Amino acid sequence: MMPELGKYAVEVLSAYAVSILLIAGLVALSLWRSARMRRELRQIEERHRRNGR
Amino acid sequence: MSIWEYANPVRFIRTADRVLPWAAALTAAALLVGLIWGFFFTPDDYRQGSTVKIIFLHVPAAMMAINAWAMMLVTSIIWLVRRHHVSALAAKAAAPIGITMTLIALYTGAVWGQPMWGTWWEWDPRLTAFLILFIFYLGYMALWAAIENPDTAADLTSVLCIVGSVFALLSRYAVNFWNQGLHQGASLSLDAEENVHDVFYYPLLFCIAGFILLFVTLVLLRTRTEIRARRIAALLAREARAA
Repeated sequence: MMPELGKYAVEVLSAYAVSILLIAGLVALSLWRSARMRRELRQIEERHRRNGR
Repeated sequence: MSIWEYANPVRFIRTADRVLPWAAALTAAALLVGLIWGFFFTPDDYRQGSTVKIIFLHVPAAMMAINAWAMMLVTSIIWLVRRHHVSALAAKAAAPIGITMTLIALYTGAVWGQPMWGTWWEWDPRLTAFLILFIFYLGYMALWAAIENPDTAADLTSVLCIVGSVFALLSRYAVNFWNQGLHQGASLSLDAEENVHDVFYYPLLFCIAGFILLFVTLVLLRTRTEIRARRIAALLAREARAA
């Protein structure tokens, strides 16, 4: 299944590995911060409702 | 219905909530098809060997590095002219995506350039303009982080974005302005004679579509996050005033 990359295997594989890692990191960070902000906002709005602000 | 209705944060969030699952699914599909096709099912190039497979990452990433800045330029100008907060926040949200694309383009370019040109780096007009664009991205993000007042930060980063657009343009057209340098011309063009061979062209189109969709998905997600962060800051400030 793995294609024969010959003498350039290191260059090609490292290009794919680094790119996929960077994209995965960006997606993971974006999702994590999105979930955190949504949770925090819900908590703060709940607190405001309870305190009648 | 006018596009300016999306400047309303509530409406933007509601639309993003609806669009995001579809955008994410399309992004995953396009990237999977493009990258698997490109990596596993394309032949080696007769001159470049297997390094030609790097094109499926390098070209879309470089395109998006420049296009992300172009989108930031448009949203920054909208902020400066019309003072829509969502617009400024969309520009802020796009910067980390743009810098990631720039890094991918620089790295894949270096590992592709070493076996083909015999060097990791050359002070070639396009490469140099791209490095400066990377530094502008860093500066842009640092400026947002350094200024406490969000409106002042949006003003100053918008001006920085307009100035940096010169380098975004240069990174795209440098090979046309200057003939010296190692980097070749465009791999894709509306002129069919300049395009790469069909065997690489079709998977490359999928990869480009995947990167564009990834950008749109992440901008929607991150802008929604920025709007919520701004709302949190406003509510906390109100609490502090009331205490």
